[in-house]
Amino acid sequence: MTSVWAHAGPSMLAAFLASLVEFVEALTVVLAVGTVRGWRGALTGTGLALVTLLLLVVVLGPALTRIPLDMVQLGVGLLLLLFGMRWLRKAILRAAGVIPLHDEDAIYARETRGFRDGGGRAAAWDPVAVGAAYKITMVEGIEVVFIVIAVGAGGHTMLVAAGIGAVAALAVVVFLGILLRRPVAMIPENALKFGVGVLLCAFGTFWIGEGMQLAWPGQDLALAGLVVGYLAGAFAAVALCANRAASPMTRSTQ
Amino acid sequence: MSNVLTVLHELWHLFVDDGAFAAAIVIWPALIWFARAQIGLSGGWAPVVLFAGLICILVASAVAGARPARS
Repeated sequence: MTSVWAHAGPSMLAAFLASLVEFVEALTVVLAVGTVRGWRGALTGTGLALVTLLLLVVVLGPALTRIPLDMVQLGVGLLLLLFGMRWLRKAILRAAGVIPLHDEDAIYARETRGFRDGGGRAAAWDPVAVGAAYKITMVEGIEVVFIVIAVGAGGHTMLVAAGIGAVAALAVVVFLGILLRRPVAMIPENALKFGVGVLLCAFGTFWIGEGMQLAWPGQDLALAGLVVGYLAGAFAAVALCANRAASPMTRSTQ
Repeated sequence: MSNVLTVLHELWHLFVDDGAFAAAIVIWPALIWFARAQIGLSGGWAPVVLFAGLICILVASAVAGARPARS
């Protein structure tokens, strides 16, 4: 039982935290659509996107099981690394103050203004509302599907654990959305992205190593070592970036 | 149709927003693979070298991103 959780726990946590970030971003736009254009269009667009995503999982999931596991691990590891490193790099630059933090309240205000400026809404069928809700749910949902498949690439137990993590994140965000009726701005999004970026990079590196049949020191425990290593590297990068951003040369060009 | 194109565009940018950074992330594991097969890089050292290279790519790219653009 302990061994199962040692494998499944990190997958569930990574999928939960990463999905939480994505669902919060989707909720902001869906709330803006619902508030300005009406809830029928917003919920229809969101529902259609969720059905499309479910079909994607049903079609792609079994196809992946036909590919040899080491090839899946190598391919998924590489994609996970591209995705995670991109996230972590951005989180480092935000933590160092080089680029501005993600502000859900500001995004909500901008989206709301955009939908109001977009003209009057249709009585029954509002294609603007359906399209906007569909697009944002698909964009963020595809990221969630990819994350679940990627962090669950180690086998059925890890895939189920990652799926449970994503569903739990969806439940938390829907609950907060209904409760607050405004963007979930109190979640420290950059800190979450920083942590998730570290986890995704660690998983990506581990899967690539597994796919290349490298012998990780300590076998599965190497994953914890990779997390610590990426965390240390990311903190060092924040200090270096903050130092560089505050240098006189930087200030003189701003 | 434009929604589908937007989703595909977003899908690409999930993985790539800086070409050189993405290329380095792909090339480094390929080099480790090549080194193991051709030069006989020790199995024990290969994971360490893989991780060290990737962390260097991350830090170097972040620091480069924090550098002011020359006007």
